[in-house]
Amino acid sequence: MSQTQQNSGRPLSPHLSVYKPQISSTLSILHRATGVALAVGVLVLAWWLVAIAGGAEAYDQFMVCMSSIPGKLVLLGFTVALNYHLLNGIRHLYWDTGRGFEIDSLHRTGWMVVIGTALLTVVEWALAYGMV
Amino acid sequence: MSLKTPLGRVRGLGSAKDGTEHFWIQRVTAIALVPLVIWFIAKVIALTGADYMTARAAVADPLFAVPLLLLIGTGFYHLKLGMQVVIEDYVSNDALKIPALLLNTFFCAGVGILSAFAVLQISFGG
Repeated sequence: MSQTQQNSGRPLSPHLSVYKPQISSTLSILHRATGVALAVGVLVLAWWLVAIAGGAEAYDQFMVCMSSIPGKLVLLGFTVALNYHLLNGIRHLYWDTGRGFEIDSLHRTGWMVVIGTALLTVVEWALAYGMV
Repeated sequence: MSLKTPLGRVRGLGSAKDGTEHFWIQRVTAIALVPLVIWFIAKVIALTGADYMTARAAVADPLFAVPLLLLIGTGFYHLKLGMQVVIEDYVSNDALKIPALLLNTFFCAGVGILSAFAVLQISFGG
């Protein structure tokens, strides 16, 4: 940034690095980030289906990879991203009806999405691995 | 030679009439994906650690294959639209942006068709 711009006294453009992270902006960025992450996640879905179509050997190979620690980490990331994008997507659809834009409502639904994502992830993994 | 400004010329042409289409289809697919994703999560939980025959028989079931094909169709379309917006927002250089947009379309169509074809093969392959 030039000296003149700094001294002009005009408002600066909303540059990410000068902003204190807020729940509204953070969750908005996370919606995009999880969307991009799901672009990688769909490869796991495609692999699963192609492996089943390919036969028992291909399927077992898939299962071995997904049961490993890195495989489980990928699946966990996929689950978190999907849960978050689903819940925040519902929040977006609610906004599309023209409601929920008051600051307190925005913060409340935001925290509902964050807590909901955590709960949903724990419940899904507990159910999947027979811990309940 | 016209003395109109480029902006005036564009305005004179009128709108392309599909300005809201991207926005709208993003919402339509989003609404469809809510029940489809919830259904799919439940099915995947039930198939955790399943052996080959169990997994294959589950996917081959029409009551599984048909919603799964719907999920694949709407999901990859939604992904294509969403990734397009991300690329358009963050890649300003046309020499990178246009190939990235093409790659996005090809990726979503390619992986989507691959997934759908696998479901059909599982269902009809016997």
